[in-house]
Amino acid sequence: MAEISPREALVDPLFNNNPIALQVLGICSALAVTTKMDTALVMCLAVTAVTALSNFSISLLRNQIPASIRIIVQLVVIASLVIVTDQILQAFVYDIAKELSVFVGLIITNCIVMGRAEAFAMQNPPKLSFIDGVANGLGYSIVLLAVAFCRELLGSGSLFGVTILNPVNQGGWYVPNGLMLLAPAAFFLIGCFIWAVRSWKPEQIEEELHVGALLELGNQGHLR
Amino acid sequence: MQHSTGYIIGFAVAVCLVCALFVSSAAVGLKERQEQNRLLDRQKKVLTVAGLIEEGQELSSTEVSSLFDANIQQKVIDLRTGEVVSDVDVASFDQQEAASDPARSFEAPENDSRIRRLPNHALVFDVVRDGKLAALIIPVEGYGLWGTLYGYLALEPDARTIVGITFYKHEETPGLGGEVDNPRWKALWPGRLAYDDRGNPAIGVKKGPAGPPSEDPYRVDGLSGATLTSRGVTALLRFWLGDDGFGPYLEKFRASARA
Repeated sequence: MAEISPREALVDPLFNNNPIALQVLGICSALAVTTKMDTALVMCLAVTAVTALSNFSISLLRNQIPASIRIIVQLVVIASLVIVTDQILQAFVYDIAKELSVFVGLIITNCIVMGRAEAFAMQNPPKLSFIDGVANGLGYSIVLLAVAFCRELLGSGSLFGVTILNPVNQGGWYVPNGLMLLAPAAFFLIGCFIWAVRSWKPEQIEEELHVGALLELGNQGHLR
Repeated sequence: MQHSTGYIIGFAVAVCLVCALFVSSAAVGLKERQEQNRLLDRQKKVLTVAGLIEEGQELSSTEVSSLFDANIQQKVIDLRTGEVVSDVDVASFDQQEAASDPARSFEAPENDSRIRRLPNHALVFDVVRDGKLAALIIPVEGYGLWGTLYGYLALEPDARTIVGITFYKHEETPGLGGEVDNPRWKALWPGRLAYDDRGNPAIGVKKGPAGPPSEDPYRVDGLSGATLTSRGVTALLRFWLGDDGFGPYLEKFRASARA
């Protein structure tokens, strides 16, 4: 990888190389924890902290890690950080930790964390890797918070639990959109987000492969 | 870069040791706080169903504990006889943990709430005000549509009139079955009767609207669009109020109320 400046490492993953919008990683938790702003925010902080610290520690070890066991070493480091994060959440923000339940533990399998460890931290110095981890966490957070904003506002008429649109079932006027609280709504919103980012930055659109071209490749024996 | 097998094994062991040390020290160091949180959480739920704090009211941990200590007495009872037992430590007793421990539980009879095992002992609460019993609180749980609903039911000292109900954990569809935690729906419960005149569990969620408690004492409005959740709530209440649940315990209070 060519030399990159800390500034680039920080800004790039926000929109240019967003882990959710461009790399389409970490969707599972993005669906599960975005019905409310406060759970989404805590999840974002947890993922950002884990990505940054795992990048940092793996980058410190990058010259010592034997290539043959590097993936499992990365996993051990990430898993330890996630368990500690989970313990900290249970100790300090118990209510939210209870709602996030299994999804904090599932940060271990969040492809963003391991993806950054393998793709970035193994080749770059600790400081830069740390910045990259923070930036990717923030890129993930932007999408999560945007989705959670729409889902909580339209689905429950509130933000951070504070009523904004007074819903009918509490005697108000707003009929909450129940679909927003179900998982498919997050898919639609992430889809819209990706659409918006790609309209703004058309260079992110993947090249289309035509059926004819695929057939041609198949005929030439390139596809099996 | 090639490494020797010895180096690889040594490296793996070292990484594991460091990580294990890190994880276990965090777990041990934070344990006390976590236990405290769990206890506080339980106290808050009980205070809410007793009507001593409002839903969503922000209270500091010391306020919650002092309110709890001042108004609520916990006791562990033998589920089958309804007698209070004294050889179990109340503070650390966890009913759900007991129910999943084969040594401390027994197989549940056939039921519609998908309850498989029942604990030998159960944790119940008395609300005491000015030295007098003001309400009885029992834990309830049972299957709804997507998962198990966990909650508490509060009854007046006659063990028949409902003071309140709350579900603190469920997986029902938001906006439909999830309305079990809507304060407006929960407000329909107080004043209704859990048992009929012959002492059978009678309370249930009906389909459609129910009358006021004076006319329709055993029925509560159904949750629209959530027939299965409503049925689940009826089934779990009938189970826990029945002979296999807290029937024997509550019967003592009903008997003394009749006398």
